[in-house]
Amino acid sequence: MTSLIMRSLSTVTWPRGRASLCGLLALVVVAFAPQLASATKIESIKSPAGIEFWLVRDPTVPLIAINFGFRGGSAQEPADKGGAMNMMGSLLDEGAGEVDAKAFQERLERGAIELSFTAGRDTFRGSLRTLKENQDEAFELLRLAINEPRFAPDAVERIRAQIVSRLQRQSTSPNEIATNAWWGTAFPGHPYGRPSNGTVESVAKVTADDMRALLKRVLTRDTLKIGVVGDIDPATAGRLIDRAFATLPAKGNLTPIPDVAMQGIGKRTVIDLDVPQTVVQFGGPGVKRSDPDFMAAYLMDHVLGGGAFSSRLYREVREKRGLAYGVSDNLLWLYHAAIHVGGTATRNDATKDTIQVIENEVAQMAKDGPTADELEKAKTYLKGSFALGLDTSTKISNQLVSMQLDNLGIDYIDKRSALIDAVTLDDTKRMAKRLLEGGMLITVVGRPKGVVSN
Amino acid sequence: MSHPMKHALAAALAVMTVTLAGTLRSDAAPNVSHFTLANGLEVVVIPDHRTPVVTHMLWYRVGAADETPGKTGLAHFLEHLMFKGTEKNPQGLFSQTVSNIGGQENAFTSSDYTGYFQRTSREHLKMLMEFEADRMTGLVLTDDVVKPELQVVLEEQNMRVANNPGARLAEQMEAALFLNHPYQRPIIGWRQEIEKLTRDDALAFYKRFYTPNNAILIVAGDVTAEEVKTLAEATYGKVARITEVAPRHRPQEPLQVASRTVTLADARVTQPSVQRYYLVPSYTTAKPGESEALEVLAHILGRGSSSRMYDTLVVEKGVAVNAGAGYSGSALDDTRLFVSGTPKPGTTLAQLEDAIDGVIAELVQNGVTADELSRAKIRLIADAVYANDSQATLARWYGATLTTGGNIEQVQSWTDRLKAVTADQVRDAAKRWLDKRRSVTGYLVKDSQTVEKRP
Repeated sequence: MTSLIMRSLSTVTWPRGRASLCGLLALVVVAFAPQLASATKIESIKSPAGIEFWLVRDPTVPLIAINFGFRGGSAQEPADKGGAMNMMGSLLDEGAGEVDAKAFQERLERGAIELSFTAGRDTFRGSLRTLKENQDEAFELLRLAINEPRFAPDAVERIRAQIVSRLQRQSTSPNEIATNAWWGTAFPGHPYGRPSNGTVESVAKVTADDMRALLKRVLTRDTLKIGVVGDIDPATAGRLIDRAFATLPAKGNLTPIPDVAMQGIGKRTVIDLDVPQTVVQFGGPGVKRSDPDFMAAYLMDHVLGGGAFSSRLYREVREKRGLAYGVSDNLLWLYHAAIHVGGTATRNDATKDTIQVIENEVAQMAKDGPTADELEKAKTYLKGSFALGLDTSTKISNQLVSMQLDNLGIDYIDKRSALIDAVTLDDTKRMAKRLLEGGMLITVVGRPKGVVSN
Repeated sequence: MSHPMKHALAAALAVMTVTLAGTLRSDAAPNVSHFTLANGLEVVVIPDHRTPVVTHMLWYRVGAADETPGKTGLAHFLEHLMFKGTEKNPQGLFSQTVSNIGGQENAFTSSDYTGYFQRTSREHLKMLMEFEADRMTGLVLTDDVVKPELQVVLEEQNMRVANNPGARLAEQMEAALFLNHPYQRPIIGWRQEIEKLTRDDALAFYKRFYTPNNAILIVAGDVTAEEVKTLAEATYGKVARITEVAPRHRPQEPLQVASRTVTLADARVTQPSVQRYYLVPSYTTAKPGESEALEVLAHILGRGSSSRMYDTLVVEKGVAVNAGAGYSGSALDDTRLFVSGTPKPGTTLAQLEDAIDGVIAELVQNGVTADELSRAKIRLIADAVYANDSQATLARWYGATLTTGGNIEQVQSWTDRLKAVTADQVRDAAKRWLDKRRSVTGYLVKDSQTVEKRP
């Protein structure tokens, strides 16, 4: 249904901005935790059954948004069962307990309850949104979904067919091809090198028992993080949290994933595809979220390729030369690896120039780092944008869980500005050198003129 | 779970959003204000005091459907060029300033409107207004900035359309659905016409449509109507009317008498699909109650896993991997309702199309059940409550409604009007509007040789 995005007469197109490049990234960057408004208070609360959750009370709108995450994502899948986590997430609301798939979906609709699950490489996350008046029904459906999913054969085959159909469609998409090739080259032999949602072949092999096993190993209380936002008091929230989560197994059984350094720096791979516009994905090493230099790297990368219309790459590739509609670079931190990764798309005969411009900017940044003025502006941007990412209940609940999964601490919001201010120009120069000096891994998909694999 | 249909719905949010702000009169409702400045600029204020943030949007009542024939893509191209600076504020200063204060900005173009917005912390509102008021009439363009931007737009066309077989089919289907109305043109433009757009074209279009009396200012967030009024008068209020804008009377559709089919073959198509667009009334052109019935009809027919199409085609008959429907009600002129399906391996597009027709025929003949009607209303009305959680969403709803011929009252009465929809109205809407003679059916295939010949 891609046609809807821009075709619909009443649907706006968003012609500027970088959202359009999301497809290039294999997984969405965990949102940089912006600060909550000072008026917003996060409470850490223990439910009667001892489950911790973070709560932001907001009685303005009669709704409740909760987000939750477990450690363990697609990297936990058996090597030949790629996509099992994603498939499991797609089946949790397809019948559970005594409730069959049709009845489950109808109950969600009747309560206007929104329930969804997302498998990342390292985490499995869920989100629930409900009107306050339907909160009991919402948490009951959540309980059923995560504790007693049926994985009934007809539902499994129906969902499998949908996933395979999507994978087949993506198999000729330049963005998907570039992304999969980039990750495969960067992390050969490591779970991160596999497509996060699997392949047509691997999804075909996933069984209900595989999904049950993953459920039991990953959806457990020991790694559970929860964020609750909305028109709800701590006691009610605690009762509902217990209802949904207290019966999950206490301990999980995660396969240890080795730490890994990305490979393929300096390598350029061109994959032929008959399209008018070539897609380019590029990237190199990054920094872990726990690295003391994380913020310095983040600021440096923001100057290089972050923000909307302000980065060096944006200025040089789009604004000055008109080579592409979008170009950006982002830090991406996984539990066992860290990278920076970016992308662009340009006409086949301009691909060589575009890559050259990007490589020049990266080399320039590696050599001299940002200027004092650029760093100052990046700092004011990051400090000033704190509240924008947190103006809806869903965004806040999502952020509460990301902060917990990243071990940032409940006081992170208070500390954040000071962490940003503490970064010096030398810190960013050092990080520019460390991340960018070695060059990049580049994958190119299309019919680019004059660009070849090395 | 993640049915592709749900993603489609997310993408289609703007379609529904316009119609869903009906709970503004409920307990959680912000107290929306609406007034007009002396120069004709309309202002809407949507207070939301939860975070010290403001969403500032300026909407113009001009879109791709207002372009002169032969100049497709001009509304969108001008939107890009609006970031190229004015006499007072050189190129990049506005964007750089927004970025320096940690703000976000963007702009958008549709067939009926063009909009610009920024989101910042509340204390910067006046500055945003000064910048935006300045570029309402002060745009300066040179070929040095226009020419590279034209290349950017061509790359955008590559990315959105040329590289994407599904988008190419959609473009062809819209051109076939609208026999006479300019909605037949792609918003981004036909490539050979985009290539020829010039600085003079853009400036002429700008002078014709960018004037305070053709714009709507929407401010949502931690503000009061009084302060917005004071600030707006001090900034936008100083911009003189440039011109009177002619009423938007576009060529209308003739009586449509022949169903059409369009086939897009592309070697990269690995998953064929079929879709149909019906020409139907919009919220602005419909008779009372008719759009609301179409909204409920599209929901029952094809929104989500409990819909008729999903339940029948995907679950029960197993002929489709996915199936759905949607209504694009927010439009100045007649609009479209779509149905779509992705066949399961082993099912031909013709078989799937027959099955879709079967679902529609059943609904036309027997109508919808009380339970379906009730669930659809609950779900649609809840969307309006959820909308109150996002100031940016509310701002978009009001903006889209006011630029497509609607008014504040229509937004606020939407919930009540939706509640009043009866099962008979839904069946009547299906019977009257899901008429193949008013439709185009599109096939996305790998190879045109393999398109099944219809008997």
